Amino acid sequence: MTDQDQTITEDELHAYVDDELPAERRAAVEAWLAAHLEDAAKVAAWRNHAELLRARYGGVAREIPPERLNVARLACRRRNGWIAVASAAALAAFVIGGFIGWTVRGVESSSPSDLTRFTADALEAYRLYVVEVRHPVEVPGDQRPHLVEWLSKRLGSPLRAPQLERLGLKLVGGRLLPGPTGATAFFMYEAPSGERFTLYCGHTSAHETALRYTAGAQNAAYYWVDQNLAYVLSGPAERDTLLKIAQAAYDQIDLRSPRQGG
Amino acid sequence: MNEFRQRIEAAIPALRRYARALTRDTEIADDIVQDTVVRALRSEHLFHGGDVRAWLYTILTNLNRNRLRTLSRRPALTSIKDSDVITNGPESGNRDIGRALDDLAEDQRATLLLVVLEGLTYREVAEVQGVPIGTVMSRLARARMQIKAYLDGERPSLRRVK
Repeated sequence: MTDQDQTITEDELHAYVDDELPAERRAAVEAWLAAHLEDAAKVAAWRNHAELLRARYGGVAREIPPERLNVARLACRRRNGWIAVASAAALAAFVIGGFIGWTVRGVESSSPSDLTRFTADALEAYRLYVVEVRHPVEVPGDQRPHLVEWLSKRLGSPLRAPQLERLGLKLVGGRLLPGPTGATAFFMYEAPSGERFTLYCGHTSAHETALRYTAGAQNAAYYWVDQNLAYVLSGPAERDTLLKIAQAAYDQIDLRSPRQGG
Repeated sequence: MNEFRQRIEAAIPALRRYARALTRDTEIADDIVQDTVVRALRSEHLFHGGDVRAWLYTILTNLNRNRLRTLSRRPALTSIKDSDVITNGPESGNRDIGRALDDLAEDQRATLLLVVLEGLTYREVAEVQGVPIGTVMSRLARARMQIKAYLDGERPSLRRVK
């Protein structure tokens, strides 16, 4: 037994198997394994799993990828496809937007408790649209001025799609939705990693609030009320990231509309 | 073809391997790889150096998580495992490891595959999954414990298969 024969943690055993262990700890782990057969059996089993996995799936990486994964071709197709999708989406925006706007006319009453329902609806909209690959929005983000003008007109209040590029988020676009208090604006943002965040905004009679947090199992939201408009920023459940984004959106919206008479 | 695209192209075989093990379905796996590449190309201007490969793993892992969320809301479509032909047939000697993967929670499966199959470091996996290293370690530990339990428990059934 040497001085190094101290307790070896399970984390170190994993690190040993995965070649993540600092070189100076290897001897200690090996000595431990020689004396602790149960741990040695565990390590052997984990190595066996790795071998089984490599035997089973290693061959996939040696296959020739199918033609549809040709990068040059995908890069080409993307450029042409985008224009078609964009113009189709713009047309759909006018048709669908007009229809939804008409069907929700006159639904204008609201009470403070509506905020809960409003947030629930916002999360529902997030879950519904965030998984859409081809039609996540009605108006694409490269038509930002048109999108904002259109949604502002529909809601009857000047809106703004926050600029979140600083946080690596691109505006995918937006759409008009029916909400519990009438027409609701919906903006979608996307991170380079594919994660999406949405801002849902509509009228409310609830009092102004600071940022508040609500979470479901897979996603979460920050919401606030500013000058008769309620905002809900929804995204995956990682709270810190979400807060950073919500804070940026909150600040921009707050700056835009300085309190009147105060 | 620029360097960025060349690096994407070089990563495709490994992405296909990861996606195949992650989804356990050839077609779905290549769909996700294709979607990953399209997204990477779309965000080319947002990429400021760094490891393209790790970034691609991040996109792919998120896309698969999104896909499973959609499926979970449509119960009629959740039975991917049953239609997974690779798990049956002549390969049955190895089938246990695939079945064992099916039983893991999605995040644990991704962690295990990124470490063991793709050879990412713990730190890289933490970045791909957007979690602290401690979480990577606990996911890895749980995945390995569960696979061991599954393989130990299932071993007798191999005799029936032959």
